[in-house]
Amino acid sequence: MTEPALEVRGLRKSFGAIVASDDVSLDLRGGEVHALIGPNGAGKSTLIAQIAGALRPDAGSVRLAGRDVTGLGTAARARLGLARTFQVSALAMELTVLQNVVLGVAGRAGGAWRFRGAALRDPALVRPAREALARVGLTGEATSVVADLSHGQRRRLELAVALALKPRCFVMDEPLAGLGADGSAEMTALLAGLKAQAPILLVEHDMDAVFALADRISVLVYGRIISTGPPDAIRADAAVREAYLGDAS
Amino acid sequence: MSGVLLLEQLLNGVQFGVMLFLMAAGLTLVFGVMGLINLAHGSLYMVGAFAAAAVSAATGSFLLGLGAALAAAAAAGALIEVAVIRRLYARDHLDQVLATFALILIFSEGTRWLFGSFPLFLDVPGWLAGPVALPLGIDYPKYRLAVIAVGLAVAAGLFWLIAGTRLGVQIRAGEADREMIAALGVDITRLYTLVFALGAALAGLAGALVGAIQSVQVGMGEPVLILAFVVIVIGGIGSIRGAFVGALLVGLTDTLGRVLLPLAMVHVVGPQAAATAGSAVASMAIYILMALVLVFRPAGLFGKV
Amino acid sequence: MRRETIVNAALALGLLAFPLWAHWAGEPFYITLATRAAILALAGVGLNLALGTGGLVSLGHAAFFGLGGYAMGVLAWHAQMYTPMQVFGMTVPGTKSMPVIWLVAMSGGALLAALIGALSLRSSGVYFIMLTLAFGQMVYYFAISWPAYGGEDGLSIYLRNGFPGLNTLDPLQFFALTYAVLMAVIWGMARLRASPFGLALAAARQSPARVQAVGIGVFPLRLAAFVLSGAVTALAGALFADLNRFVSPSMLSWHTSGELIVIVVLGGVARLYGPVAGAVLLVTLEHVLGGVSDYWQIFLGLGLLAVVLFARGGLIGALAGRAVAHD
Repeated sequence: MTEPALEVRGLRKSFGAIVASDDVSLDLRGGEVHALIGPNGAGKSTLIAQIAGALRPDAGSVRLAGRDVTGLGTAARARLGLARTFQVSALAMELTVLQNVVLGVAGRAGGAWRFRGAALRDPALVRPAREALARVGLTGEATSVVADLSHGQRRRLELAVALALKPRCFVMDEPLAGLGADGSAEMTALLAGLKAQAPILLVEHDMDAVFALADRISVLVYGRIISTGPPDAIRADAAVREAYLGDAS
Repeated sequence: MSGVLLLEQLLNGVQFGVMLFLMAAGLTLVFGVMGLINLAHGSLYMVGAFAAAAVSAATGSFLLGLGAALAAAAAAGALIEVAVIRRLYARDHLDQVLATFALILIFSEGTRWLFGSFPLFLDVPGWLAGPVALPLGIDYPKYRLAVIAVGLAVAAGLFWLIAGTRLGVQIRAGEADREMIAALGVDITRLYTLVFALGAALAGLAGALVGAIQSVQVGMGEPVLILAFVVIVIGGIGSIRGAFVGALLVGLTDTLGRVLLPLAMVHVVGPQAAATAGSAVASMAIYILMALVLVFRPAGLFGKV
Repeated sequence: MRRETIVNAALALGLLAFPLWAHWAGEPFYITLATRAAILALAGVGLNLALGTGGLVSLGHAAFFGLGGYAMGVLAWHAQMYTPMQVFGMTVPGTKSMPVIWLVAMSGGALLAALIGALSLRSSGVYFIMLTLAFGQMVYYFAISWPAYGGEDGLSIYLRNGFPGLNTLDPLQFFALTYAVLMAVIWGMARLRASPFGLALAAARQSPARVQAVGIGVFPLRLAAFVLSGAVTALAGALFADLNRFVSPSMLSWHTSGELIVIVVLGGVARLYGPVAGAVLLVTLEHVLGGVSDYWQIFLGLGLLAVVLFARGGLIGALAGRAVAHD
C-alpha cells in the first residue's frame, strides 16, 4: 500500500491553559480532497501552522510521503513537496505576477542560490511558471505588479505559486475567503481540477464548496477531531450536528 | 586588589547603571507605547546637561540647574514630538531612524552654535562635595551616592506611576492595544506627547546628574544612547523592569570589566600585554554580554516572544 | 527606454565628466571631491543590497567600512615600516598593493558581516537596528582601546598604495580606478538583483512567509546578502582610507553608519543608482553648505527631515517616478 501524502499523528499544542490541538490525527491520501471544517476558534489555523512547519507541536508527528518532517522548518517541508496557500494572501506585492511564480519554481529546485543569470531569462524557470499561470487563468496579468491585482486575482496567484512547486500535497487555508459568488464558483472548479495533480487538505468555511469538493471531511471542535468520513456520513453525524447546530437530537 | 576597592567599583557600577536606567526607561516606554525608535534620545540627555550647566553657572544653584534640566529636556521633547515625531508613528523604522538621526544633527550643531565647541563644567554643590564614610571603612564620594539615591528614587516613582496611576493604566493599555485606548476615549495624541516628554525629562535628568561627574559637551549623549540600546536589547523591548535589570547588568559589567579584566589578563598573556588586551576586551564586555543574552533569550530577559 | 535608465546613464556620465572637466580646468581639488563621491557611492551600493533590496536596516555598516579602512592602514603601515606582522604564529609581510589590500578588506568585511549577521538576523525590526548599532559600536571601541595601530589617533601612511599599471598618485588616474570599481560593482549588483537569489531576497523583504512557503530559508538568504553587503562596503572603506592616506576610528563611528543610510535614502532606497545620486548630493551639500556656514549640518538635518517627512522616494524617485519591477 502506498504511503499517505500527508499523515498527522497525535498532534498536541497548547497555549497556557488553552488546548488548541488535542491529539489530532488525520491523513491525506493520493487523489483526494480532504476538507477540515469546524466552528471559529476550533483550532484550524493552529493545526495548519503545525502541518506547514510554522509552529512546533508539543507532541505528535507530521509525516510527508512517509518521511517524518516534525523537526523541519517551513522551507524544508516546502522543498519536500508541501505547498501551502495562505488565508490572507502572502505575496511579494511589489514584484510582478510572473516573478512571484518564478520564485516558486526556483524555490522548488533549491535554485534561489544562483547569483548569476537573470531569473526571467531562464526558460527552465519561466516556462513552468507560465504554465502555472495559464492553469489559473492569469496569463494576461503576467507582467502586472501584484499590488495592482484584484482580490480574486491574488487568490488565484496564490494557487499558481503553489502549483509551481509541483507539490506532493496542497495545504490550503480558506482559498475562497472574500470571493464573491462568481469567484467562488470559479475557484471551486479550479480546485476540483487540481486534486488529480496532488491531494488537497482544504480548510474552508464555504460549506457549499466543501460538500461539492471533498472526498472526506474531518470536523474539528475545540482542538479535537470529532468525526471523519465521507460528506454524506458527516452530514448525518449526530456529534457534528450538535457541534454546529447545538442540535442534541 | 582589596575588597574595599572592589566594593567601591561595585558602587560605581550601580551608579552608572541607574543613570543608564533613566535613559533606557524613556526609550523603552516610547518604543513600547508608540512603536518608535528614537535616536535623538541622546540629544535630550545633552539638552538636560547644558541647561543644568548654564543655569547653575548663572544662578549658582545646583538645584535650580537640575530643575532647568528637567524643564528644558521635557520642553524640547514635547516640541519635537509635536513638530516631528508624531508624523513618524505610522512610518517604517527606516524613516524613524533617518528623521531622528536628522534631529541629532540639528540638536548637536545647534548646541555647538549656541555654546561653542568647548566643554562646560557643572560643579558639584558644596553640600554634596567630598567623601562620606560608609560601613566597612569605605570612603565614597557623597555626590555619587546621592546620584544612586536619586536614580533609585526615580525608578521607584516610575514603577509606581506605571503600576498605580491612571496615566500608567493608559500607558499599559497603549502597549497592549493602540486602537483600544482610542476607542475608550483616551486622548491619544495628548498621551503620546506626555509619554515622550516624560521620557525626555528622565534623559535630561540623567544628563544633568552625569554632567557634574564628566564634562558637558556636544555629542555626550550618543555613547550613552547606544549603551541604553544595549540595555533595552538585554532587558527586552518595552519592559521597564527589563530596562532596570539590564541597566544594572550593563553598568556593573562595564565598570567591573574595566577593573578586573586587565588584572585577569595578567595570568593569560603576561603583565606587559595585560593592560592593553584587558582594556580592549573590557571595552567589548557589555557587547559580549548582549550577544550571550541574545543567543539564549532572543527577546531579551523580560521581553515577550 | 525607461526613465530610470536615462537618469542612471546621466548620473554615470556626469560623475565621469565632472573630474575630466576639473582636470582640464586645472582644479585637482574637484577631482578629489568626485573620487570621494564615487567611493561613498560604492559604500552605499554595498549597504543598499542589505537595506534596499533586503529591507535590513543596518545601523552598523561603519564597522565594515572602517574594517576596510584598517585593512588598508595596517597592511600599508607594516609595509612602510618594513616590519612584518605575526598572524597566528605566521610571519606575514605588509603590502602596498591595492589588489591585495582589497582582497583582504573584502574577506575581512565578509567575515565580520557573517559574525554580526548570524547574531543580529535572528531578530528583526527594531531589534535588528539596535543590534547592528551595538555591534558596530563594539568594533569602534575595540579600535580605540587597541593601541598597536594608533588607537584614537588612527594611522597615517606616507604614500598612496599602488595598482599595477597606474600611477595612483595622479588624482585623475586614482579617480578612474575608483570609478571603474564602482561601475563594475554596480554592474554586478544589477546582475545579482535579476538573479534568482536577488528575486528571493526582494521577495523576502515584502513577504518572508511567502519565501519560506516556496522552500527558501529566509535566514540564510538574508545572511548571504548581509555578507556580500559587508564585503562591498569594506572594499569602499579600503579605497576611502587610501584616498585620505589615513584611517581612524571615526570611520567606524556610528555617525558614519548614519551617513551611509542617508546616502542610500537621499538617492532612493533599493534603486540601482540610488547610492550614486545620494553620494553626489551629500558631497555637493557638504562642499557648498560647508563653505557657507560652519554649522552646515543643521541645514543637512533640516533637509533630511524634509525629505523623510514630505518627499519620499529620494532623488531618483523624484526624477524617475515609482520603481518599476524589472523585466
